[in-house]
Amino acid sequence: MLWLLVFFLAPFFVLGRISLAEAIIARPPYTPMFERGPDGSLEIIASLENYRFLLTDALYRNAYLSSIRIAAISTVFALLIGYPMAYFIARAPEPRRSLLLLLVILPFWTSFLLRVYAWMGFLRTNGVINNMLIGMGVIDQPLVMMQTDFAVYIGIVYTYLPFMILPLYANLTKLDGALLEAASDLGASPVVTFFTVTLPLSLPGIVAGSMLVFIPAIGEYVIPALLGGPDTLMIGRVLWDEFFGSRDWPVASAVAIVMLVLVVAPIMWLQSVQNRRGAD
Amino acid sequence: MRGWFLPVAVLLGFIFLYAPIISLVVFSFNDSRLVTVWGGFSTRWYGELLNDRQIMGAAWVSLKVAFFSATLATVIGTLGAFVLTRFSRFTGRLLLTGMITAPLVMPEVITGLSLLLLFISMELTLGWPAGRGMVTVIIAHTTFCAAFVAVIAQSRLRSMDESLEEAARDLGAGPVRVFFDVTLPVIAPALVSGWLLAFTLSLDDLVIASFVTGPGASTLPMVIFSKVRLGVSPDVNALATIIIGFVFVAVLAAGWLMRKQMSKGL
Repeated sequence: MLWLLVFFLAPFFVLGRISLAEAIIARPPYTPMFERGPDGSLEIIASLENYRFLLTDALYRNAYLSSIRIAAISTVFALLIGYPMAYFIARAPEPRRSLLLLLVILPFWTSFLLRVYAWMGFLRTNGVINNMLIGMGVIDQPLVMMQTDFAVYIGIVYTYLPFMILPLYANLTKLDGALLEAASDLGASPVVTFFTVTLPLSLPGIVAGSMLVFIPAIGEYVIPALLGGPDTLMIGRVLWDEFFGSRDWPVASAVAIVMLVLVVAPIMWLQSVQNRRGAD
Repeated sequence: MRGWFLPVAVLLGFIFLYAPIISLVVFSFNDSRLVTVWGGFSTRWYGELLNDRQIMGAAWVSLKVAFFSATLATVIGTLGAFVLTRFSRFTGRLLLTGMITAPLVMPEVITGLSLLLLFISMELTLGWPAGRGMVTVIIAHTTFCAAFVAVIAQSRLRSMDESLEEAARDLGAGPVRVFFDVTLPVIAPALVSGWLLAFTLSLDDLVIASFVTGPGASTLPMVIFSKVRLGVSPDVNALATIIIGFVFVAVLAAGWLMRKQMSKGL
């Protein structure tokens, strides 16, 4: 337990502390928090300068906003693709069901980095998709897909799809078939049944799956770095550049703290939803 | 949702999942240096891969890191899960629950950055860890993998029949003896899958390792990332194919074994 205390909790204190420090060009590149005052007493030196900097610089504001936008759009697409798959698998007969489930999880076990890399070969100007479309005569000019926001959406949906399907599947298998029969006995068409019975009942699965896609997508670094273009702005990437490029550690820490707040809010909300459900 | 719509949607979904991987494997046998132009069948990229000192060295580093962090994470995660399921009330329970679940959802950039800053301030005040390298990567990976092991172990511990432990206690076994002779064997399968998950997660991690490592201890994902950033390169295709093949065989074998066990149980 000490391990977790030291290596998990302590880092956040350090992070918070450095986010309040000022950058100096030296090693370590930030000012100390405690300093001996002239009368020998300890003085705490903290400055909110870095946070003010985040607020005034449009780059950071835009990065946070576009991270949220990209994560939200990807989540919607993951839901649109994942829901029919989860539904189909949950309805399939037993031996086929575990096989399909295995097929969904299988790509998830292979390296995340390599799966993103696979899309690079797919989306390039002279990549597989363009070659195929030109070969079929659909287009004459290759489509520019790499280094766009579109490629980032695809990357995020692709890598996080299992996170969407699994909670939905778990939820849909628990669905009581008698309710569906009752609905159809009462004359509801399959479509009506789906929208009035299945969809509302699977809402917890939808919420859980969406959170599992949305939260990691916000902080994503690898996908925008490999698939995104120079103007794809995501906060994970800004933090990385701030840290490794500009070496401005205090600003990087402040970026991380704000992102943390951004991520913790939906988690708290999810937990309160779950608790309420547990209480019912 | 009847009729043709669902099967078609599912089929498209699976094409979406598998097409990139399949094309990657196909092009790893391509003789042309241009990755997307077919130049005939060849295994030359596999040969170049095996002679690539940098990649082989990084692969070795990654395996060592993954082995040690998975083992440590299994021990720590199991202890954490045990405390949480068997002792219902103690001070700091909420804190412990939070610490165990938080790494699961924390964006990697935050985890990586905060751990690095911790290591640096520890080095300044305690003099340890001196410099960064494999040790710091192992510590970092252990920390985030322990959370995953704890979740798996916890669910197994919850579903376990506690009367077994009570029986052992009634027969005079001490708590340590009960844990090692009764609890551990029962939850062993969950621990094995926890260990495997931790091992895979550690092998796969790029972001956290990039933050906490020092010069000379690059892991395989870091080397791949720096290569891939410059563009698609055919030897990465070969490497990817080897990794994918390995994972597919392992997962299919595990699935087959599980099925066999299940049918035996029936």
